[in-house]
Amino acid sequence: MSEIIRSIDYTTHIPSGSHWSLRVRRGTIMRLTDTAGLGNVGMLFYNPENLLERYNAPDTLKCQHTFKLTQGNCLYSDMGRIFASIVEDSFGWHDTVMGNSHAEHIEERWGKRDYQNDRNQWMQNGYDAFLVELAKYGLNGKDIASNLNWFSQVVTDQNGGLILAQDNKAPGQTVTLRFEMDTLVLLHTCPHPLNTAEIYPRESIQIELGTAHDIQEDDYCMNFREENLRGFKNNQLYHLGLIA
Amino acid sequence: MQSSNLKISNASFRKVIDAGDYFIGVVLKGETFRILDLKGNQAADTLFFNAHNASERYSAMDTMREQANVYLTTGTKLRSNLNNVMLEITADICGRHDTLGGACSTESNTVRYDLEKRCMHSCRDSWMLAIAEHPEYGITKRDIGHNINFFMNVPVTEDGGLTFADGISGAGKYVELVAHMDTIVLISNCPQLNNPCNGFNPTPIEFIVWAE
Ligand SMILES: [Zn+2]
Repeated sequence: MSEIIRSIDYTTHIPSGSHWSLRVRRGTIMRLTDTAGLGNVGMLFYNPENLLERYNAPDTLKCQHTFKLTQGNCLYSDMGRIFASIVEDSFGWHDTVMGNSHAEHIEERWGKRDYQNDRNQWMQNGYDAFLVELAKYGLNGKDIASNLNWFSQVVTDQNGGLILAQDNKAPGQTVTLRFEMDTLVLLHTCPHPLNTAEIYPRESIQIELGTAHDIQEDDYCMNFREENLRGFKNNQLYHLGLIA
Repeated sequence: MQSSNLKISNASFRKVIDAGDYFIGVVLKGETFRILDLKGNQAADTLFFNAHNASERYSAMDTMREQANVYLTTGTKLRSNLNNVMLEITADICGRHDTLGGACSTESNTVRYDLEKRCMHSCRDSWMLAIAEHPEYGITKRDIGHNINFFMNVPVTEDGGLTFADGISGAGKYVELVAHMDTIVLISNCPQLNNPCNGFNPTPIEFIVWAE
C-alpha cells in the first residue's frame, strides 16, 4: 500500500456526537478521514499496562517546539515514551490544547438537548463522551489530560488569543497514526469546543485500522527531530525483552 | 501589568522556597497570595487542588479555552477540570505566565535534553515527593495534571511554533492570586539545569499570604 502502511483490514464510520474506545497493538495503523470536511475527533491515549501513563500534551509540544501537530510529530506519554507517530497528514495543523466541549457549551450554542425527541441526533458533548468511555476501564474525569482534536486548527493572534480556523477544512482530509506501543485509545466525534457553527455538525468520520511496515532507519517521524530519536530509544528500552 | 497595594508587613504567612524545593499548603477562600521571584528568571511550576476534594484540580485546557487565550496575567480566572473558577490573578508585574509548557520530569528530560539526563532532579519528582510526604491531602499521581509555570515566557509563533524565550521576569517581580475556593497549592521551585530560561541557575522564590 505504501512504505508505511502494510495493510488496511477494517473500516468503520463513526457518526458525529459519538464515542468509541479500543486497545490497539504496537504496529497498528489508524487512518482517520474527515469525509465531509466538518468533523472533529477528540482523542486520548493510555498505556493499558499502566493506566497512570497517559498522553501528555505539554511534553509533546515542548519537546518538538511546536504548538500544532502534523506529519512527523510523535505523541508522547508523560513517561517520555511515544504512543503514536503521525505518519501521514493532509490537514496540516491539529489542536491539542483546547480540550472538550461541556454540556453547558452545547446548550449555550445549540440549545437544550432532548433525547426523547432527538433520539440518536441528540447533541452529545466531548467531556461526557470521554467520561462514558473512561468508566469502562475504571477511569474517570481525573484521568483526563489534554486531548487531541483532529481536524481542528486553533491559531493564536499576537496577544495569545485563540481562534478556531476554518480555512483549511475540506472534504476527505486524512491523518494517519502508527502506534509505537500498545495503547488504549479513547475517541469521540463531538464538535470542537470553539465550534460556533449555526447548527450542531452532523457529519461522520471514517476510521480505518491496519498494520504498519517495520520502521526503517530513515523513518520520517523518528528522524523528524533529535528529540524523537530519543523518544524512540525510550520505547526500545520499554520493549526490551517483551514480545511485540 | 497591575501592581498590588498589599503590604508585606500585613502578611499572615511568609515562606522562602529554596531552589529545587517544593511547597505544599492550603490557601482559604478569599485569601490572597503572592509568588515573588526573589532573584529573577526563576520558574515556579504550580498545581492547584480543591482542598476538600483533590480530584478537582487546576486545568490548563479549561483555563485557556474559557478565556480564549494561551497566556495568563491579571484578570485571568484559573479553572478546574470541572470548569469551575478556582483562583483569579489580581496583580502581576511580570506580564505573562505560561501554562502550555508543562513541568520538567526525569522522563521528559531524556527526550528534551539527553538520555543521560534521566537522573537529574525535576519538578515532577518534587511533586511526587510532596504527595508521598503529605498523604493527608489525598493527592496521587492520577490527580497530577498540567501546571502553570509562573514567570515563564513560552510564546506561540504565527506558523504554529513554540519558542522558549528569555525570561521576562526579574528580581522582585511577582504575581498575586485570590482564592475562589479553599485551595491546596503545590509548587515545585524548578531545579532545571538544562534550560537557559533561568540562566542555568535555579534561585529561591517567596510565598506570601494575606488573610482576607
Ligand atoms: Zn522544572
